[in-house]
Amino acid sequence: MENGPNTNTDEYLRIYAQMARIRTFEDNANQLYLSAKMPGLTHMYSGQEAVAVGICEALRTTDKVTSTHRGHGHCVAKGANFKEMFCELLGKEEGYCRGKGGSMHIADQSNGNLGANAIVGGSMGIATGAAFSAKLLGTDDVTVCFFGDGATAQGLLYEVMNMAALWKLPVIYACENNGYSEYTKTAEIAAGSITARAEAFGIEAHTVDGQDVLAVNALSERLVARARRGEGPFFIELMTYRYHGHHVGDINREYYRTKDEEKHWRDDRDPITMFARHLMSEGIATAEDLDAIRAGIKDEASAAVAYALAAKYPDVSEVDMHVYAA
Amino acid sequence: MREITLSQAVNEALAEEMRRDPTVFIIGEDVAEAGTPFKVLSGLVEEFGTHRVVDTPIAEPGFTGIAVGAAMTGTRPVVDLMFGDFLFLIMDQLCNQAAKTHYMSGGKLNVPLVLRTNLGATRRSAAQHSQSLHALVAHIPGLKVALPSSAYEAKGLMKTAIRDNNPVVIFEDKLMYQEKAPVPEGEFLIPFGVANVLREGHDITLIGTSSMVQVCAKAADILAKDGISAEVIDPRTIVPLDEAALVKSAKKTSRVIVVDEGHQSFGVTSEIASRINEKAFYHLDAPALRMGAMDVPVPFSPALEDITVPTPEGVAEAARKLVRGEMIHAA
Repeated sequence: MENGPNTNTDEYLRIYAQMARIRTFEDNANQLYLSAKMPGLTHMYSGQEAVAVGICEALRTTDKVTSTHRGHGHCVAKGANFKEMFCELLGKEEGYCRGKGGSMHIADQSNGNLGANAIVGGSMGIATGAAFSAKLLGTDDVTVCFFGDGATAQGLLYEVMNMAALWKLPVIYACENNGYSEYTKTAEIAAGSITARAEAFGIEAHTVDGQDVLAVNALSERLVARARRGEGPFFIELMTYRYHGHHVGDINREYYRTKDEEKHWRDDRDPITMFARHLMSEGIATAEDLDAIRAGIKDEASAAVAYALAAKYPDVSEVDMHVYAA
Repeated sequence: MREITLSQAVNEALAEEMRRDPTVFIIGEDVAEAGTPFKVLSGLVEEFGTHRVVDTPIAEPGFTGIAVGAAMTGTRPVVDLMFGDFLFLIMDQLCNQAAKTHYMSGGKLNVPLVLRTNLGATRRSAAQHSQSLHALVAHIPGLKVALPSSAYEAKGLMKTAIRDNNPVVIFEDKLMYQEKAPVPEGEFLIPFGVANVLREGHDITLIGTSSMVQVCAKAADILAKDGISAEVIDPRTIVPLDEAALVKSAKKTSRVIVVDEGHQSFGVTSEIASRINEKAFYHLDAPALRMGAMDVPVPFSPALEDITVPTPEGVAEAARKLVRGEMIHAA
């Protein structure tokens, strides 16, 4: 574990709790799907928690993020509440988007989350545009654009990186390389090096272990501070792994990856377990402390799920509301 | 009243709004020093600087996407899409992102973006620089669509578009850029969704959009010589559509032709004609007729291109047949 600038005990425990909150949220979301209580389907973030938390802990509330179809982790890490998130997943009125977006479109503008996006690579322009706004309006907000390795195949990325580099925009492109583009190995869809794509535009690019939350956070703190000073844009490739399939219904995965491979990542490379070991070995927390944190989060999630299941659907009169803004 | 070109009218509208609101900026290809190939934006970069009149690489999806994100975060971009034909390049950013963001976020996020582009054939520019694709975006809920038909309309509708809190696609008729019309000196806005009755009549209603408003007005002149009194209406915006004004006129004259430069099939003429047939059925002496552009890619050869779009003579001839009752059993 790399020692980042966050040496404060409270901050370390917060990082741990945020990762545990994402995992717990996803475990509950998965159960809602498996028990047929959730309409549609969803994409699990489990396994990638250190990416969202390591980066978002380096951001302020007014900094912006754009998220993906696998977006619950970014949403939680940027400060969202379980209750409104579960309500949104279930299409309820009290959801972040009044049930109109669902899992793939949760937006939480109060915390700077400009929304998940169900078009792979669809938010790269939006993130770059948010950085453009910050520059034009003279704020020092930074925008992080989350996307997966699969999205590096979309042409939009190269159009907006070109402009971000030309105009020195305060945007950080965060490529979560979880090894799979839907059901296909990344090596089969991405020629050459991913970071070289950014470097071709003169954008400083880094590769980091996406399972090591302190390494991710330390790098993010440095790059966010520099982006704030006008030294952006930056590109980070975060090497990580998704424990579940492409979506919750992708159960039989042996045709594209082995159970041994999945077991290796879960047993040896789990970001929450790795960070727990670090906290204990450094004497920052005991196993009991961490158990208590996780138990509290489980209770919070159970209560939020129960609330969301009982919550009201939006009134049918809302169907043509919000097509146009006043 | 002074007369200025449509090009100058758009330029004035942008300059006035940029002076009024520092969050308004222009983004697109060759918009700064070049002032666009049509020279519509000449002089703006000198007044507002390159940070607000932003030249981009030739990357339509990229700069449209950037504008969408900028609009979501406190600014009011005016995207310059050099030719309407390039809409096909930006469909995801415009239709999946800009159009749906307000709705998908439950009303929390707005996209106050203007997309300036153009329409119109007969400029000998062939199939990829001549299309009139406004029906394409009018089909997508969440987008507003404005079709100015003169310099006056272009200025008033542009100013309204910039102040609107939604994505607005505004199509200018590229053949009209150098055409002059009376435009008042002082500030004025033209509200969306309010049709303009250019000429009152009682025998037939000619509903024209954009470039076809003049075609309808000329057709009405021809018809007047035959003793046929044509009413000419310009809806100004097709989203929102002033359906009430169109239906009211249809009930008054009992005959309607809808003229638009988009392809006739599945187009603007079809939509407006079917609304009139549904809502004014018992008042009509004949079905409302559609006259759009031919369902062919726009050909290059002048001999072919000119016959693909409605003309005043063609509209007048169809109107005569309607008035004589020849179209009732046309099928």
